[in-house]
Amino acid sequence: MAESQSMAAPSAVLERQKRAKFRRNMFYLALIVVGLIAPFLAYPVFLMKVLCFALFACAFNLLLGYAGLLSFGHAAFLATGGYVTGYLLASYPGLTPELGIIAGTVLATLLGVVFGVLSIRRQGIYFAMVTLAIAQLVYFMFVQAPFTGGEDGLHGVPRGELFGFISLSSNLAMYYFVFAIFIFGFALIQRTVHSPFGQVLKAIRENEPRAVSLGYNTDAYKLVAFVISAGLAGLAGSTKTVVFQLASLTDAHWHMSGEVILMTLLGGVGTLLGPLMGAGIVVSLQHILAQSPLGNWVSVILGIIFVVCVLSFRSGIIGELDKMYRKNFK
Amino acid sequence: MTMIFGVPMAVFMGQLTLGLVNGAFYALLSLGLAVIFGLLKIVNFAHGAQYMLGAFAALLGFRYLGINYWLALLLVPLVVGAFGVLLERFLLRRIAHLDHLYGLLLTFGLALIFEGTLVNFFGVSGARYATPEILQGGLNLGFMFLPTYRAWVLVAALAMCLFTWFMIERTRLGAYLRAGTENSQLMQAFGVNVPLLITLTYGFGVGLAAFAGVLAAPLYPVSPTMGSSLLIVVFAVVVIGGMGSILGAIITGLSMGIIEGLTKVYYPEASNTVIFLVMILVLMLRPVGLFGKEA
Repeated sequence: MAESQSMAAPSAVLERQKRAKFRRNMFYLALIVVGLIAPFLAYPVFLMKVLCFALFACAFNLLLGYAGLLSFGHAAFLATGGYVTGYLLASYPGLTPELGIIAGTVLATLLGVVFGVLSIRRQGIYFAMVTLAIAQLVYFMFVQAPFTGGEDGLHGVPRGELFGFISLSSNLAMYYFVFAIFIFGFALIQRTVHSPFGQVLKAIRENEPRAVSLGYNTDAYKLVAFVISAGLAGLAGSTKTVVFQLASLTDAHWHMSGEVILMTLLGGVGTLLGPLMGAGIVVSLQHILAQSPLGNWVSVILGIIFVVCVLSFRSGIIGELDKMYRKNFK
Repeated sequence: MTMIFGVPMAVFMGQLTLGLVNGAFYALLSLGLAVIFGLLKIVNFAHGAQYMLGAFAALLGFRYLGINYWLALLLVPLVVGAFGVLLERFLLRRIAHLDHLYGLLLTFGLALIFEGTLVNFFGVSGARYATPEILQGGLNLGFMFLPTYRAWVLVAALAMCLFTWFMIERTRLGAYLRAGTENSQLMQAFGVNVPLLITLTYGFGVGLAAFAGVLAAPLYPVSPTMGSSLLIVVFAVVVIGGMGSILGAIITGLSMGIIEGLTKVYYPEASNTVIFLVMILVLMLRPVGLFGKEA
């Protein structure tokens, strides 16, 4: 597709692509600068929570926004990353946090392979039901497994020393570590989306039979996308466990799978910034509501936001802003 | 005492009955999901919440209005079904032209709202609903003790399943519904009021869920979260059976209940998970589901 265009008018297309790339790079740079200043403007623990959930939502968005696959079981990966990292760091005091996080991410990725192989056998709503059911299986396994602490969860996971010499006990040091992880995950997703691989994913999302007829092994593409998404969700869970020093069943519950859908939907499915924005709003909302008299109504309010989003706000905040921008300034 | 594979006969039969009763609920709920899916093409994620609303309506109706069990069995499905009609008319219809995943998300949001609201008023611990007097006690069959209410649930659920089958396969309205499932645009062109048919179908599916809820009220603690975990199991049952056939939904529901009951006898640790494991097996061997049609 891109090749045939560039044959028609090489210089103009190249120029446009170059400008788009430049704008993207400036945007990434701005994001990094904001992220570096942020802990001096807001409470770092809160920001870390936002970043962990933002990474989770970005990973989910890769699947829904670019491959068109609605997974209702992403909590399983978040929890697997969290439990594995938490268990390892709590049981082996010599282990450095980055190794614990890598181990959690690897296991979540492997779980993603199992999930993916099974669930991409069905499409559309069946895919959503299958992922939900397997995630529930994983939830029950975590309830019964000896190493998860059952209903109590894992507590007192040590943050430890990064690479063996940078103490993460200060929230500021921890924040920059989390920020670096987020940037890594975000960059990996952007790279995936803007690669030829990402183009094929979008083609599958738009019209799978056509992608098959063009000779693509769509199942393999979907599987790879699913595994990347699962791994990054696991990375988010692992990081979250190190930040908060605990892992619990909340992360494995289907409510969590619903929450990440809401974050993505609210921010804007298939947009770069949407999941970050959505995670920020949902986490802030939970934070504010928890202290207000409406504390018990969080799940009702999230439900109402869900309904409103689906009925009249389907592009999400970023998507709507983008539409407005295109209408008025182009 | 007679033993079956190292387990006393009475225990074995007791778990088998429990499994069959659970299976009857799986069958009723997956049937409702299948009816709704057939015409609306959406997965009704609020199905579990609507089942829970049925149980709560029976409980509150008894507590505040003195409505007895038998009246509740008749009224509650109508009331909750009417509520479903409103949901379809004012919410689901507005997104009917979109990707069907939006229907799933919308009903998921509704489920959160219903569940969360009731949790705020009634907590999560669950209330008891008295078994009607005539169905209390049980029958001693010699080889086992059969609680009357469980036997009644089995009969009532199967009767309702058969009624649904009859309605869909043997009546004119059912013929419209089946035709609409095949091609609703053509139906509309022939002058059938398809939007009305869709609304009624959704209301009927919701009513089925509420009926199951009333049946469940004397059996399980009535709590706001009783529907959601059940619904996920029903999803697995639907994936196993496929949503293509009514008889398939009934058979799959019952047999999954039996498998779950037997797992409780021989390997209790896996009783929560066995249906999901069966689902995985089916996905590996026959991805379209046992009764599903090849796409």
